[in-house]
Amino acid sequence: MWADAGIAAVKSLVMLLLALNLTVLLLWIERKGSALIQDRIGANRANIFGGILPFNLGIVNTLIADPIKMFTKEDVIPDGADKLLHFFGPFLAVFPVLVTFAAVPFGDVLVIGDRTINLQVADLNVGILYVLAMSGLSVYGVVLGGWATNSRWSLLGAIRGSAQMISYEIAMGLGLIGAILVFGTLDLQAIARAQGALIWGVIPAWGIIYQPLGFLIFLVAGIAETKRVPFDLPEGESELTSGYFTEYSGSKQATYMMSDFAEIVVVSALATTLFFGAWQVPYLARDGFHFPGGFALALPQLVVVVMQVASFVLKVLVLCCFQILVRWSLPRYRYDQLMDLGWKTLLPLALANVLLTATVIVLAG
Amino acid sequence: MGPITFAVLATALVVSALTVVVHPSPVKSAMALVATLFLLAVVFVFLGAHMIAALQVIVYAGAIMVLFLFVIMLLNLSDDGAEARHRGRVVFRLGAWIGGGVLAVELSAFFLRVPFPEPATPPAGYGGAEAVATALFVDYLLPFELTSILLLVAVVGAVVLAQRRTA
Repeated sequence: MWADAGIAAVKSLVMLLLALNLTVLLLWIERKGSALIQDRIGANRANIFGGILPFNLGIVNTLIADPIKMFTKEDVIPDGADKLLHFFGPFLAVFPVLVTFAAVPFGDVLVIGDRTINLQVADLNVGILYVLAMSGLSVYGVVLGGWATNSRWSLLGAIRGSAQMISYEIAMGLGLIGAILVFGTLDLQAIARAQGALIWGVIPAWGIIYQPLGFLIFLVAGIAETKRVPFDLPEGESELTSGYFTEYSGSKQATYMMSDFAEIVVVSALATTLFFGAWQVPYLARDGFHFPGGFALALPQLVVVVMQVASFVLKVLVLCCFQILVRWSLPRYRYDQLMDLGWKTLLPLALANVLLTATVIVLAG
Repeated sequence: MGPITFAVLATALVVSALTVVVHPSPVKSAMALVATLFLLAVVFVFLGAHMIAALQVIVYAGAIMVLFLFVIMLLNLSDDGAEARHRGRVVFRLGAWIGGGVLAVELSAFFLRVPFPEPATPPAGYGGAEAVATALFVDYLLPFELTSILLLVAVVGAVVLAQRRTA
């Protein structure tokens, strides 16, 4: 029993570190990547490899100096703010995002001795619903954070944010139904395993091949849920200062920012799990590679597991970078355009996708 | 669910449910209701009803309560006058305390006499998506579909009522 508890604790720790490190890494990718896109230099203070590299990577700047600055700043609570809710706002924003990772499988199984460890923190029969439930709860950090500070900018941002998140949650959930119909389960690990199959013995049966439209709807709704450009109306830098977290400073503001970045990782991790084969490496089974045409390459189990986890992290990272690219490439929507996109474009498309998928599945038996 | 888990969960649930009723601030009252619904979902998880727990959080804590909060914020209900509303008539307060006290004594007497039941092992697949779906779409299909018509009627009714006021 203690061994089981220990394994569960180690798995939780691995997943948490994976998520947090990806989140922090994104901070650097965002700062330097945006500079690259806009032909600027970007973060260029405090160089550590000054003598070796001809340019400054900005690692010290973004990953060490900035966090220290954030966490040592004065924590300002405005007059007339609700102290309790002002304190809880950032926690309510970051908690639902981080617990979502519990349902995401990051590998197949690891066999140590006679013990088979499922590389997933919580093996839930209703995995997708759990994820949707938690993403539904992340609205409260925005709403309460904005309301508690007793500031007009924050309240406007909070109301915009909650309306946007509720609207896109519907499209997001309906966009996933196609994938659920194809795999016939809500269990994320079962979905991951199902994507190890091959179509006609050659093409890996990843979700995106069955559900290209579902993936598109999920990705757009997912980016909208992260509340970043082109959907950054809750923040609205040019007219609302910082929207719902205008009145937060220091570590609380950093926590809000972190929850936004963690949401990017969550959206990428879910897109990977449902549409890009999760931890699957094409043609890699538990005992090694089996290429089409009969060629096989046996590999030790540990190597296979490491390759699977690496494949998962790599896919997540690519999707994260894609979202950052979107954020720095597209102009922002107007609020009515945002609502039109959610309700009049994505929702009907998602419904059509469900209908089409269901029809094909019934006809194909 | 063992007695200790139950005691911790039940205490948290009762405290948050009480906060809903007694807290003077409408926003905090609503947040306490969110906490109550969330903890209820946790109770469902411990009872093996995972599907119901997820739906509870999605529908109640995640969607309906956000709309509650939305309305409270847009109406800008403040704490003003909360004291006056809370005072009430002495007779009512006395009656409420006596009634609540009697109920509390009865319930605690009941719980102290009956031993805590051993947790039963649920059958395989109990409370999962398949089990709930079978109940909803096979065993009770007609009542389920009739409920959706009832909801549709309510939605149409709400729209009609709202329109008459603006016209």
